[in-house]
Amino acid sequence: MKKLVMIGNGMAGVRTMEEILKVATEPFKITIFGQEPYPNYNRIKLSNILQGDTNFEDIIINPLDWYKENNIQLFTGETIVNINVEEQRVVSNLGREVEYDELIIATGSKSFILPIPGADKIGVTGFRDINDCEMMIKSAQQYKKAVVIGGGLLGLEAARGLLNLGMKVDVVHLMPHLMERQLDPVASSLLKAELEAQGMNFLMEKETVEIIGDERVTGLRFKDGSQVEADLVVMAIGIKSNIEVARNNGIYVNRGIVVNDFMETSVPHIYAVGECAEHREIVYGLVAPLYEQGKVLANRICGNLGEPYQGSVTGTQLKVAGVDLFSAGEIFEDGTTKSIMVYNEYDGVYKKVLTRNNMIVGVVLYGDTKDSTKLFRMLTKKEDISGMTSISVLQSECSAEGSNDDVASMANDELVCGCNGVTKGAIVEAIKTQGLTTLDQVSHCTNAGRSCGRCKPMVSSILAHTLGDQFDEAAAQKTSLCGCTTLSRDEVVAEIKQKGLTSVKEVMNVLEWNNEEGCTKCRPAINYYLGMIHMDEYKDDRDSRLVNEKMHANIQKDGTYSVVPRMYGGVTTAADLKKIAEIAEKYEVPLVKLTGGQRIGLFGVKKEDLPAMWEELDMPSGYAYGKTLRTVKTCVGAQFCRYGTQDSMALGIELEKKFERLDTPHKVKMGVSACPRNCSEAGIKDIGFVGIDGGWEIYVAGNGGVDLRAGDLLCTVKTQAEVMEMTGAYLQYYRETANYLERTSKWVERVGLDHVREVLANEDMRKVLNERMDKTLKKYIEPWNEAIQSEEIQGKYYAKHTIKVGE
Amino acid sequence: MLQTLTRIPVANYSNIRVRSGYSLKIDDTEIALFKLTSGEVYAVENRSPHPKGGVLSEGLVSGEYVYCPVYDWKISLKDGKVQAPDEGQVRTFKVELEEDIVFIIR
Repeated sequence: MKKLVMIGNGMAGVRTMEEILKVATEPFKITIFGQEPYPNYNRIKLSNILQGDTNFEDIIINPLDWYKENNIQLFTGETIVNINVEEQRVVSNLGREVEYDELIIATGSKSFILPIPGADKIGVTGFRDINDCEMMIKSAQQYKKAVVIGGGLLGLEAARGLLNLGMKVDVVHLMPHLMERQLDPVASSLLKAELEAQGMNFLMEKETVEIIGDERVTGLRFKDGSQVEADLVVMAIGIKSNIEVARNNGIYVNRGIVVNDFMETSVPHIYAVGECAEHREIVYGLVAPLYEQGKVLANRICGNLGEPYQGSVTGTQLKVAGVDLFSAGEIFEDGTTKSIMVYNEYDGVYKKVLTRNNMIVGVVLYGDTKDSTKLFRMLTKKEDISGMTSISVLQSECSAEGSNDDVASMANDELVCGCNGVTKGAIVEAIKTQGLTTLDQVSHCTNAGRSCGRCKPMVSSILAHTLGDQFDEAAAQKTSLCGCTTLSRDEVVAEIKQKGLTSVKEVMNVLEWNNEEGCTKCRPAINYYLGMIHMDEYKDDRDSRLVNEKMHANIQKDGTYSVVPRMYGGVTTAADLKKIAEIAEKYEVPLVKLTGGQRIGLFGVKKEDLPAMWEELDMPSGYAYGKTLRTVKTCVGAQFCRYGTQDSMALGIELEKKFERLDTPHKVKMGVSACPRNCSEAGIKDIGFVGIDGGWEIYVAGNGGVDLRAGDLLCTVKTQAEVMEMTGAYLQYYRETANYLERTSKWVERVGLDHVREVLANEDMRKVLNERMDKTLKKYIEPWNEAIQSEEIQGKYYAKHTIKVGE
Repeated sequence: MLQTLTRIPVANYSNIRVRSGYSLKIDDTEIALFKLTSGEVYAVENRSPHPKGGVLSEGLVSGEYVYCPVYDWKISLKDGKVQAPDEGQVRTFKVELEEDIVFIIR
């Protein structure tokens, strides 16, 4: 396998990897080094974090699981200090050495920090990564006054964030106008007026020469001798490519690492992409061009030379509430340009389109950016506008029809989402073939609007235009069960109850599913809701379950299955162990392993062997595959342990026997410990029981998985009978109110622990919940035994027919 | 060298149930056979085009599509095409019906 190493774990680099995974014909052995201790996150959204609109989890683009799934070795918190070009090896700051066949440098950039006295004081920061963000948020809790140096895009977004955090903010700018590289003086003055109204204070044409203070910054001194106080200084003057590792190892650099049109550096087998790369004397700092570079580089690495990268025209928008602004291309008139302008001072709308030789070469929009996508497209495609009137170039009316006409006139190959390269055609196609009706679904299916979000209004218009009369504005914004319907979970459940619907098919028919037989999201969900509502009267629709629950075994990646027999409370016998061992030998099971839930798993079993193995085992299914009670993990407890205050094994066995096979919205794990030492780890289970002197503590909503969460103490009870009663009521309430595939940890956070406590404090409520639970539990039969008894089930699900035709 | 097509009887039409996949092995090729709600029968190679593979016969069937059970790709049984946003192609086999017998042409 070819070895591919990447230095840097940011947006441009990881996007390149995604492209490589997409086009590669042979797998690479991929290693990524990242300086920050995180997976790849969306740097564009840092200003949203600072402005309090989102949190860090939401801006992660590639979670750690993604690296795992794609077999990418990721070293976070590690930097590369040396590239051995002759031997094709990189060395990290921890002394780790990795060989490469191809090496990508994607080290990005850092904030440019002014080389002035005092720039190293505490309280001086750039605005570049999540650390800077956290530092600014922390400062805002203690200090009052911030100064942002730089009145460009990044500086203004940072300043707005600091205002939101309750600080007083001065913005220092060297030039007479804000964002002078993107805006002309008119747009710039409109912007300044708006931001001043929002509470920003501007110090224009000021050059900072010194940062004053002792350990921590207390103020700034300017060239004209004036001073200003500051507890926090944010430098947002620009970016500086991280080129040290390249320069120190003999790779040709200028402002960035110099690359040609195929992103190749001066050294063979070494490439650069993103903000560290300089292409035709330009270092790009926006996401769209970097993603374009990534595409070209991916093709180059995979050996198919496609289109070269020829540079990009970039568009800019400012992400500040109350400011609607877009700019692209040239801004200033010269002798060869003609401009089309609209200036409505009253409404604060200003639009300027610069043309040369009947083509648009620049766009500045302020106050109304509805036409930005259209104009940007005309600019990048160099469309001839000689036939158009200035009115049709600048549509100033704000009617929905206007934007619909725009959408109608767009060609199918036109880009709507520049960040992810999604065309209008792809969006329309997805809407039509997959019956999409909400913005959420479109983003999910096509990736449009998932990076910077600027194209969302356009995507909405396309959705409205494609659906025509069927478009429902309100519905388009809500979360529906899946792409087959516009109804939400609560609406579907209400309809089932109200109309007395009794089968998956009937639900989809009566509620007018747009996809006659549903999909992998709605069918299992409807099947669950029907079983929950009709309790023991509902006949389960096995073919609406996904593979593991349908087969009553866990599918493995090679198409084999695992068999995990039930072992109540994790307690077994020598005789059972012998039996399991014999069967494992007889069927040549490749792997026998203790599972995370204290059970024995037999892995790598062929589908057609399942029924016979089950029959010989003569044990119930351990349901290690289901949205149901998985296992009750127990410690040894009072029967043997000198610390045990309660009989944890007995309670565990009773719980597992009562609730086994119960359908729940998502898997449910339990743990029972006999004392607070908690050897069964009950604190990170969906429901955990901890024995104390004279009773049991019941913990809920713990999770040891992806969303690590410590359980909350629900209540303390005295007897085992009370434990069973409380658990039955709690589980039933979860079954009745959670969304399908919502773990208890998420459910409790959504509905609130206090609410759950309140419901369960009511004795009558507990009684009816337990009655419904008991009624539901009646319907279950042991699935492995059922399969052994039924030839029909065996023929339909577990048979494999082999036919020899001969060579 | 010329390849001759063979017509292989694989199942009784009345025995196969709608909306479930059957796995057949013909020599070295694994084939998944599906009967749709409409009554039509289709055969595709029993392997997902996802880079990590996986079988198709155990997938959920909806209309003319099967969802790959391991990675949830949506695949048309009529032409073997993987639906957007994913991309790929599954090999399809021609199916013929005569009396009650299902033949696969290979």
